[in-house]
Amino acid sequence: MNRPSPGAEKLDSPLLQLDKATLRFGGLAAVSDLDLSLGRNELVGLIGPNGAGKTSAFNLITGVYPPSGGSILFDGRPMANRKPHQIARAGIARTFQNIRLFASMTVFDNVRTAARLHCPRGVRNALWRGRSFRDGEKEISGQVMELLEIFQLGKFHAAAATSLSYGDQRRLEIIRALATKPKLLLLDEPAAGMNATEKAELMRLIQFIKDRFQVSILLVEHDMKVVMGICERIVVLDYGIKIAEGTPAEIRAHPKVIEAYLGD
Amino acid sequence: MNIRHAKTFLLGALALGFLVSVVASHFNSYWLFITYDIAINVILAVSLNLINGYTGQFSLGHAGFMAVGAYTAAVITNQFGDLNPFAAGAVFSGALLAGGALAAGAGLLVGIPTLRLRGDYLAIVTLGFGEIIRVIFQNMQGVGGARGLSVAHGWTDFFWAFGAAAAAVYVVAALVHSTYGRGFLAVRDDEVAASAMGINPVRYKVTAFVVGAFFAGVAGGLYAHSKQFITPGGFNFMQSVSIVVMVILGGMGNTVGVILAAVLLTLLPEFLRPIAEYRMILYSLLLVVLMLARPQGLFTFRKQGDAK
Repeated sequence: MNRPSPGAEKLDSPLLQLDKATLRFGGLAAVSDLDLSLGRNELVGLIGPNGAGKTSAFNLITGVYPPSGGSILFDGRPMANRKPHQIARAGIARTFQNIRLFASMTVFDNVRTAARLHCPRGVRNALWRGRSFRDGEKEISGQVMELLEIFQLGKFHAAAATSLSYGDQRRLEIIRALATKPKLLLLDEPAAGMNATEKAELMRLIQFIKDRFQVSILLVEHDMKVVMGICERIVVLDYGIKIAEGTPAEIRAHPKVIEAYLGD
Repeated sequence: MNIRHAKTFLLGALALGFLVSVVASHFNSYWLFITYDIAINVILAVSLNLINGYTGQFSLGHAGFMAVGAYTAAVITNQFGDLNPFAAGAVFSGALLAGGALAAGAGLLVGIPTLRLRGDYLAIVTLGFGEIIRVIFQNMQGVGGARGLSVAHGWTDFFWAFGAAAAAVYVVAALVHSTYGRGFLAVRDDEVAASAMGINPVRYKVTAFVVGAFFAGVAGGLYAHSKQFITPGGFNFMQSVSIVVMVILGGMGNTVGVILAAVLLTLLPEFLRPIAEYRMILYSLLLVVLMLARPQGLFTFRKQGDAK
């Protein structure tokens, strides 16, 4: 790409840009020709009825499936056909619709595993156990505990991850994603299974994360109250196609959206 | 194991092994040879535990890696006549390392294509690999074919056997008990989540296979120089299975448990000499009972998530 002044340009250019991104399973297009752009420190909601292709869009962005067509740019770099761990390294972290914590590990170790991303020490270091190993482990421990404390999970650091309450497990998944120091955080139905109080708290939490960690957030969510309450912009999918995009107020009044959700 | 004292443990074990080997000639040689078997089985079980237990890859080919190490080390030391103790030590350690390195190469070879496979499919491929190795040695006339290969030197002693076992335990424990090593468990627990956290599952799996195979090769070399006679049949499917049994019995991903299981399962047949032919029945029975009563392993007492 032709960019004379990357520093200034980069901040203006969108962080994530999908251009006609398509994901086909055989004859079924789970996502077709999706254009999506996300700015820095922006909070965007991705909604749609069941089976609209929201999670497929996530899987496309995070490299779980390679796109069948179109392009995905992140930070100006092409992401299509990269492996999930390479995409994570580039700065995209995610949570999962059905919680996927590391079940055999403690709360601390769950976060520690993700925190290693930016301190690449390997086999030799672990075997020799010299000074740089100990310093590195101490540094990572510090980062992990700091993160856990921010989210009030510090006191549970030695507990089994699966012993946490459902809401705390969801929070731990978000913390784990943040430990990779992402520029973009993808949240896949974080409010699923939560009651009204927990949802209200989650909305505060997402807002807090966005401000404190200066990340962009793409949020897939079923709960309209959550999405309408915190998102600056909303994209609506139906049958893998983008049918609307706009502010919460615009989306609420959009005839196509009403049709998709309520039928005609 | 406490991370801080890991190196002290390793050096202590080596020193102890050396001291015992000095006075070993006073011991009953029957039991001495059994202690070598124990050490060899500890190496095999602990190294397989890295692959099967910590990384969650079901490998049934450990005897194959062992065979590669055994034949490599035996062929190397057979080139030498009688040597003074010092030269013998140098040649032997070189042969063991060469056997381990070749086995690690085999592990890399198996590791790469099998990475797209999971669970039972991987088990079948590694099983096939183990059989291929065995059949290759069976048909290699240069190393005696099916008649077997006699090994000129009985160099395996207490020091070598327990030194290597301590090294294997140290390496596996040190790898796993580090931030880097949590990646093995992450890959086992949830590969999709692990890769979403920037962990390259392929790398971890190949590393587990290579390190595991290396120590299986070293164990093979020790085995060859303890028995002084190796046949391809000694590295058959049943041998792989009995190592797997040790890992399952001890508790997948529990190094201490796996060590205890290796000791127990080496001693058990000795006490069951009178019914030796029925040993395999006992093995199978033990597995069935174990899976029903203690699926987490005989020596896993803490709940999995609580493990430090």
